[in-house]
Amino acid sequence: MFAQPFMRTAFLAGTPIAMACGLVGYFAVLRAQVFTGDALSHVAFTGSLAALAVGIDLRFGLYSVTVAVAIAMGLLARRGRADDVVIGSVFAWVLGLGVLFLSLYTTGRSGVSGTSGNAGVSVLFGSIFGLSARDAVVASLLGLAVALALIAMARPLLFATVDGAVAAASGVPVRALGVAFLALVGLVAAETTQVVGALLLLGLLAAPAAAAQRLTVRPYGGLALSAGLAVGATWAGLIESYLIPSMPPSFAIIATAVALYGGVSALAWFRRGVTSNEHGSVTLGRAGSSTR
Amino acid sequence: MTAVAIASPFSFSFMVNALRAGTIVAVLAGALGWFMVLRRQTFVGHTLSLVGFPGAAGATLLGISPVVGYFAFCTGAAALVSALPTGGSARGFTEESAVVGSVQSLLLASGFLFVSLYAGNLGGLSSLLFGSFLGITARQVLALLAVALPAVVLLAALGRPLLFASVDPQVAGAAGVPVRAVSVAFPLLVLPPAAAQALTLRPAAGLLLSVGIGVGATWAGLLLAYYLPYPTGAFITTLSFAVYVIARIVRSIRHRRS
Repeated sequence: MFAQPFMRTAFLAGTPIAMACGLVGYFAVLRAQVFTGDALSHVAFTGSLAALAVGIDLRFGLYSVTVAVAIAMGLLARRGRADDVVIGSVFAWVLGLGVLFLSLYTTGRSGVSGTSGNAGVSVLFGSIFGLSARDAVVASLLGLAVALALIAMARPLLFATVDGAVAAASGVPVRALGVAFLALVGLVAAETTQVVGALLLLGLLAAPAAAAQRLTVRPYGGLALSAGLAVGATWAGLIESYLIPSMPPSFAIIATAVALYGGVSALAWFRRGVTSNEHGSVTLGRAGSSTR
Repeated sequence: MTAVAIASPFSFSFMVNALRAGTIVAVLAGALGWFMVLRRQTFVGHTLSLVGFPGAAGATLLGISPVVGYFAFCTGAAALVSALPTGGSARGFTEESAVVGSVQSLLLASGFLFVSLYAGNLGGLSSLLFGSFLGITARQVLALLAVALPAVVLLAALGRPLLFASVDPQVAGAAGVPVRAVSVAFPLLVLPPAAAQALTLRPAAGLLLSVGIGVGATWAGLLLAYYLPYPTGAFITTLSFAVYVIARIVRSIRHRRS
């Protein structure tokens, strides 16, 4: 399997990106900002297609637009967290713009409609087997950088997430951390678009993190577990997709990640049912209960 | 008035059907979305509005009617989302957003799997995903009406309790309108209601305003797309977003005065 160069590049790019996704996703779930990730994934789609429609490199549009919108969301939010309806309204419009750019791009070069249609598909659903070796190196370095940046700010960010008011009172720059965190979410969204696509990255962001939060209440253990589960789901997905060629890798990765989460939830539910019939405190694996 | 060189849009059956379907979708989305926005369930609404994609793709793969596939996925997704822990606490919400996100990406991933299994031809993918108002038949308009009418009646019956109690999963499921216009379903679900709620908090007036904005934007978008070479979805979302921005500006001016 590893004799194939496309499998090696897929593992090389997929591993650090999945790790960054798991780390950032842990905080996204903890801060209840998964919807922001959803919005940013659509921004990633529109940014890529805007770059294609204008005729510049796809990745330029992908990274610059996604990170810029992420930072803008962080700055516009009054208390560090934007209102869901505002996010929804803005990204409903972004969705429409994406459709516009897709049509501009596909009608602009009707002669090669086959290839331009595929570009849209690979933005939406990823193309990890189609990455070049150079792309893979760049992607994995960026993934590592995001992971390191998140680990560096993990401690104050956790403080700010669990109790913003106390954190602010003791001198933690809560607002700046929120904006920096959203910038990281934007970077991860842009990165992950290359692996599983703009439409599916939400699964890699949310499912491993939520599974980790069910399994352990310790924040650092959960953070590591979330990254581990995301990497595991990516590896398993790549191998599944290699063994079953008709199964696209992005589907295999997302299905594995969501199945992991489903399995962990079912296990927790089952254990709870066995050990006690009380419906009082169902805080099994809910992070935060220990950090209080 | 000068004579228009292009034939009137109403002389084509595809335009008439598109306007009919668009009106039904806009009315349903405007009414449902008003409750969705009030309850801050935008994320769930977005997830359910995407159900049409795997439903239609799976049905195409199996060679059955897309309506069957749509309903199978719709009830499945609505059941999954409504079965999750809906605690009022901040922790419950944390879990909820993770579940919704996982369900959403699983739905889209299975849609993608169905499309790639289907002869490996991805040509129809973007039309499945983004849909189009063109090419809707009169029969599809009737089917849409048959789905939308009970949903609106149910919503009217549940309207008052819905204002206070939790949303019925079946009503939430109806949010994913089974029309081949997935890209407009979510914008119509969130933008007109958000604009209406920025302007008035009275339920009856707000609902009417929301439906009115949705229908107006849909009609204007369809007619603009008829004359200009850009997609309908882009016009409808941009027009609704413009109304939303204006509504927010009006509200902030009012706040400053009072």
